Amino acid sequence: MTAYFSGKEPSFTVKLLHDRVYELLAEDKRLDGRTPMDIRKIDIKTNVIEKAEGSAMVSMGGTRIIAGVKNDIGQPFSDRPNEGVFAVNAELLPLASKSFEAGPPSEQGVELARIVDRSIRESRAIDLEKLCFIPGQKAYVIFLDFYVLDYDGNYFDPAVLAAVAALSTAKLPKYEVVNGQLEKKEETIPISLRTIPVSITIGLIKDKMLVDPSLAEQSSLDTSLVATFDSEGNLCAVQKNSSGYIPLDLMKNILTVAKERTDFIRSRFMELAKVG
Amino acid sequence: MNMKEQVLIKPDGTRLDGRKPNELRPIKMEVGVLEKSDGSAYLEHGGTRVFAAVFGPKEMHPKHLALPSRAVLRLRYHMASFSVEDRKSLGMTRREIELSKVIRQALESVIFLEEFPRSSIDIFAEIVQADGGTRCAAITASSLALADAGIPMLDLLPAVAAGKVGGKVVLDLSDVEDKYGEADMPVAISPRLNAALLFQLNGRLSLGEFDEAWELARQGCSKIYEMQRNALKNRYETYKPEEET
Repeated sequence: MTAYFSGKEPSFTVKLLHDRVYELLAEDKRLDGRTPMDIRKIDIKTNVIEKAEGSAMVSMGGTRIIAGVKNDIGQPFSDRPNEGVFAVNAELLPLASKSFEAGPPSEQGVELARIVDRSIRESRAIDLEKLCFIPGQKAYVIFLDFYVLDYDGNYFDPAVLAAVAALSTAKLPKYEVVNGQLEKKEETIPISLRTIPVSITIGLIKDKMLVDPSLAEQSSLDTSLVATFDSEGNLCAVQKNSSGYIPLDLMKNILTVAKERTDFIRSRFMELAKVG
Repeated sequence: MNMKEQVLIKPDGTRLDGRKPNELRPIKMEVGVLEKSDGSAYLEHGGTRVFAAVFGPKEMHPKHLALPSRAVLRLRYHMASFSVEDRKSLGMTRREIELSKVIRQALESVIFLEEFPRSSIDIFAEIVQADGGTRCAAITASSLALADAGIPMLDLLPAVAAGKVGGKVVLDLSDVEDKYGEADMPVAISPRLNAALLFQLNGRLSLGEFDEAWELARQGCSKIYEMQRNALKNRYETYKPEEET
């Protein structure tokens, strides 16, 4: 049983597409002319929204994401009294695809936000302890919100890039603790990131693998997963994000590919976003 | 106060609850525990307690969601308000929405859904106490409830987490180990398909540590698989339908 039976109605065209994509992969080819390990063209613009503390517009092929950082002062979580608060929200805007609907966040939207959240949080890119002023009482609350503007498959990887780009260019208003009270200063301070988490989405059809699936390819996959690595080569987040199953004997190969591809995307990111 | 000072591995190499790194917590399973559902199971995994119930295959409501070629699987993973230290708000949190999705997508691929066109199979996994590993417990229990409901499946699905705490790669993280440890990797592996159906990771692992954690999770899943089979045998080996009075 393959995934195209379980994700949605297995239409005849989807089955044909599945077989066609597999045939092409066997020849190291893909529908859009890429090789299985090619990532679509990445484009990154930072500081695209002046009102936001940090922002970025990132595209990967035909998928485009806009991300913005806003901040506030609030109370640390009771189980993390020494840390600032970091919150991620995603929205799949109805203008991005006819399959997205307005309204409360969909299951897909929640999953996307939580994968991006995990990629940033678990890689410990942000030093949250530096964002706390008075333990248990006052800390920065960093909101990272992003919107999918145009959807042509795989929003996970451009979303992580957009999040990292927006955070690494963000400038927070500076505060000082004076007699137990916070005083806002004129200057701003950056959120310096300790590592650059980068994710890669890998699709499987039988024993073949491809990265950064397009929308057309996505519907033909047996299964897929998103893996995030930090700059030091540690795996910091994974999610199998569709039905189907991952054969155990492919696992090692999948992660080797994932690490190599995220290293590649990271070097592209450094060139394009011009961040330290 | 500071999380980093939490000791998770004692000097003798054992864990806070006395377990060895590759040791599962005590697990208890029972099948057919809820009267009105078509299939049900109760699972205790360490301090985690979960009820799972299956309704269906039945006619799909609302009708427009029905598919002509197969059944639609719906699953709700939900935690009781009192299942955690600080009362959980009622209703579905974002975490519960995400976990419902990944658990459903794990189970979807072991059920012969195409045997039941136009119908729905609804699974409810209710966590009544959470002590780490709740999504895995929900999978293990739901899979038993599906078997109890007589729904044809490719395999039973056992699930358990592996991860890293106090610098050591360990199997089956408890709540404290999950909170203060370095990495938590919940996995569901079907021994028959020799494949992973749930695979998530939160936290940092080197690729070497990943291999180690993966092997522990695989072994843990085979052990839980045996327990699942025994739980079903216990229920059905001597089972006689109750006589009508």
